[in-house]
Amino acid sequence: MSSQGLIKSSIGRKLWMALTGLFLVLFLVVHLAGNLQLIYGTQEGFNEYSQFMTTFPLIKITSYLLYASILLHAVDGFMLARSNRAARPVRYAMNKPGENSSWASRSMALLGTITLVFLIIHMKSFWYVMHFGNIPMDANGMKDLYSITIAAFENPLYSLLYVICMIALGFHLSHGIQSAFQTLGLNHPGYTPGIKKFGSIFAWLMSGLFALIPIWIYLT
Amino acid sequence: MDLNLKVWRQKNATEKGALKDYAIKEVSPDSSFLEMLDLLNDQLIESGEDPVAFDHDCREGICGSCSLYVNGEAHGPSRAITTCQLHMRSFKDGDTIYIEPFRAKAFPVIKDLVVDRSSFDRIQQAGGFISVNTSGNTQDANALPIPKADADKAFDAATCIGCGACVATCKNASAMLFVSAKVSQFSLLPQGKVEAKSRALNMVHQMDLEGFGNCTNTGACEVECPKGISLENIARLNREFLGATITEG
Ligand code: HEM
Ligand code: SF4
Ligand code: FES
Repeated sequence: MSSQGLIKSSIGRKLWMALTGLFLVLFLVVHLAGNLQLIYGTQEGFNEYSQFMTTFPLIKITSYLLYASILLHAVDGFMLARSNRAARPVRYAMNKPGENSSWASRSMALLGTITLVFLIIHMKSFWYVMHFGNIPMDANGMKDLYSITIAAFENPLYSLLYVICMIALGFHLSHGIQSAFQTLGLNHPGYTPGIKKFGSIFAWLMSGLFALIPIWIYLT
Repeated sequence: MDLNLKVWRQKNATEKGALKDYAIKEVSPDSSFLEMLDLLNDQLIESGEDPVAFDHDCREGICGSCSLYVNGEAHGPSRAITTCQLHMRSFKDGDTIYIEPFRAKAFPVIKDLVVDRSSFDRIQQAGGFISVNTSGNTQDANALPIPKADADKAFDAATCIGCGACVATCKNASAMLFVSAKVSQFSLLPQGKVEAKSRALNMVHQMDLEGFGNCTNTGACEVECPKGISLENIARLNREFLGATITEG
């Protein structure tokens, strides 16, 4: 009998969530390393880096893989969340889920959706402008994404939105990283407590540093 | 002790149900939760009302029949026990207690608190067995050396009583803990390895067909499971299933 394989089975669809999720985590690390230049680097350095990231062929190919991953992760996530809702048509009148599971683990779809809305706004303000917008040049004749970013974060509302979304991402990853390991079948009494701790520390360190950038720019 | 009960009443599978309030007096704190329901039913019968239907059989925590969602938790507030092992001393005089059936699309209500868990049986029939020759010269089980650690893990998985609390408590009504226990109890042993791949494929396929949700690793099932079935089993099921899918399709 067919198991409906990697596309239709529940575990197969979960596998794609885990693989794309972990790939997005890897991307976040690279992205953060670049963005921290807004704090410690120079205008020229950041613009040079931005130009490199939008033109270097290997990075371009990776970026298409990244767009596909975001799309697959979001679509698969929505489909799984829909079928999960359908699996319990009548809800409990009295339910105490807090007794047995974390809020983040039960709110992955909501947290993911906040992240998705953020991604769209974020890409519109920086990615779209960098690729298709009319962008001023810096002294070296490079597109001046640095000034655009600084200007955006000087708007307190924009910075606040950014920080709130990073909190959502922190929650999403605090469950997501350990969850991805479990989905891939990597659970072992010796290592799993460590993986959980690492996932949580990593999640809050990442989202904290991302959130630090607009706060820093706003304050200086 | 005197209690206020809010009990789900539903005539049959097609009619809509609702929570109904009952007051019950002078319940002994030493009685079990099901004895308290027996008492309620005696009252209802005396007053000419339809007694509350609920599942039970062994009343000693081994058969997996009892299945109540008590005050927002599967098998009630205590850990590692079934509803039949829950005692009224876990509650206080004057408490309001919500009593609902296990809720899932794959566990439709038959009447009141009784749900149809035959979806579990169909998952078992899809692969929860080993094929042995019973011609009379079956090999002695002890003739096969099995590492103690494997035997222990297989035994732990085999303690699953198929109650369905994992499904009831899961926000996605996922049956992964149950299926993973049933797959693990065999796949860890040499006798079960022969059919390990088709077992994982067929049981997961049946699980999906029955309309259970998809696991998001919240871990609620492990906490509420009366037998303490571990999430390690779900990871093993994921490995078995993904491995089998890649090699066998
Ligand atoms: C940078 C962005 C994101 C990262 C790094 C990320 C990462 C992850 C990871 C590692 C998981 C765990 C996978 C698993 O449980 O096996 C996960 C799960 C999930 N993600 Fe994301 N995600 C991101 C964005 C999104 C977006 C945009 C959405 C959707 C709209 C989303 C929806 C979900 C859902 C619904 C789950 C739950 C799946 C589950 O637990 O089974 N995520 N994510
Ligand atoms: S895994 Fe635990 S909760 Fe689920 S059916 Fe088995 S004994 Fe019941
Ligand atoms: S009645 Fe058998 S386990 Fe509760």
